Amino acid sequence: MSLATLLVLADGRLPAGGHAHSGGLEAQVSAGRVRDLDDVAAFLRGKLATSGLVAAAFAAAACRRPGRWAELDGGLDARTPSPALRKASRAQGRALLRAGRAMWALPPIGREPHQPTALGVLAHAAGLGPEEAAVAAAHGTTTGAASAAVRLLALDPYAVHALLARLAPACDRIAGEAARHADDAVNDLPAAGAPLLDIGAEHHATWEVRLFAS
Amino acid sequence: MHPDHATPAGGAWPRPSENYVPHAHGPDEPPHTHPDPGVDPHQALAAGPRALRVGIGGPVGSGKTALVAALCRALGEELRLAVVTNDIYTTEDADFLLRNGVLPAERIRAVETGCCPHTAIRDDISANLDAVEDLEATLGPLDLVLVESGGDNLTATFSKGLIDRQIFVVDVAGGDKVPRKGGPGVTAADLLVINKTDLAPLVGADLAVMDRDAKERRGELPTVFLSLVEDRAATPVAEWIRILVGVRGPAG
Ligand SMILES: Nc1nc2c(ncn2[C@@H]2O[C@H](COP(=O)(O)OP(=O)(O)OP(=O)(O)O)[C@@H](O)[C@H]2O)c(=O)[nH]1
Ligand SMILES: [Mg+2]
Repeated sequence: MSLATLLVLADGRLPAGGHAHSGGLEAQVSAGRVRDLDDVAAFLRGKLATSGLVAAAFAAAACRRPGRWAELDGGLDARTPSPALRKASRAQGRALLRAGRAMWALPPIGREPHQPTALGVLAHAAGLGPEEAAVAAAHGTTTGAASAAVRLLALDPYAVHALLARLAPACDRIAGEAARHADDAVNDLPAAGAPLLDIGAEHHATWEVRLFAS
Repeated sequence: MHPDHATPAGGAWPRPSENYVPHAHGPDEPPHTHPDPGVDPHQALAAGPRALRVGIGGPVGSGKTALVAALCRALGEELRLAVVTNDIYTTEDADFLLRNGVLPAERIRAVETGCCPHTAIRDDISANLDAVEDLEATLGPLDLVLVESGGDNLTATFSKGLIDRQIFVVDVAGGDKVPRKGGPGVTAADLLVINKTDLAPLVGADLAVMDRDAKERRGELPTVFLSLVEDRAATPVAEWIRILVGVRGPAG
């Protein structure tokens, strides 16, 4: 396993479409639920424990068995009740594949898989293991929304990065837990849900004016 | 030798050379894979040359959408044409084109850019590439795709991974200093359009000064003056594009 390769895969500058998404934060900011750094911290912890765990587990599983991507994708559909979130996840999966194809030789994986499925398959193609795929997924869950927080709330970027540093051990823990499921049947993979993220995403998709795609 | 170094059967991608020898692997090296030099990592392009992609950038309100509308009017009949818009936070530009009936809805896609219009056309072009790809998938081969960037500043330029040529639109109402100020859009765009010349007397802008400064900044690169309220078909720009498309030959 190459640590530098993992950093390439997990880099926020990877041209994989992430910059246009707030990870559900814009909807919560607008609803007045997230106003300051403490709120962002709570939001990220909640995200990590729910959609972050699911994403990390599916990334780990897809890394372990890239040939089963379609089945895993179905499992993610079942865990993503909001059509807007499904669409956002598939759009980011497609963009990630585009970047992945330029970097590594990818096995067949369809045109628009969910983002965690794509991430796992990329990790596999890059010679990384399920644990690394899970770390990249968990880390991405927090960093995308954190950079959106800097833009949406005009927070001090140093304070937000200090928060990310504090969350790093939690990312590792979630990733470790996720990776332990890498061999589970799809139906047995984690299915933690975050109803407010689902509801927020559905409202957000109807707005006429918004800064982020999701 | 790794199994992934084996020559693929009938790989169409040219190998680096006939004598290409993959690097050796010692027995103690961790297992790893390489992109196969015999396999093109990109998705196959549609048969035949793809559409010419022209990026249209420039500051907020300089007339980018008005130019796109004019080009649709001028070229819509003779070229298979589609448009991608990049608004900062609405689908205003796409809606304008629809309302004005210059192009049917299926030929227009709006990309969302998450507060960063320049990121979407330069650093992370994935959403724009997906939009172009979707247009070509649903409409069949195209001759020309216009990509309008969200209004930004003088430093915003398009990545060559997204477009073939770029037009930078500034307007005289921004002051006759704009060409002198330069920036990558003004100095390096394949065509500089100085729009709203009809407003020059009203804002006291000296077109001769703008012309001289543009020449100084741009060397041989062309600059055109335009008033889209007077020339609703953007004649010099349409002509410039016609030549480019002609040079490339018809798509598909
Ligand atoms: N007087 C005059 N007005 C113009 C001309 N071209 C465009 N406009 C007007 O300028 C305004 C802005 O034009 P747009 O085409 O929307 O500008 P834009 O660059 O697309 O703006 P953003 O996408 O918001 O950055 C509109 O009200 C146009 O009608 C021109 O040549 N002369
Ligand atoms: Mg516009």
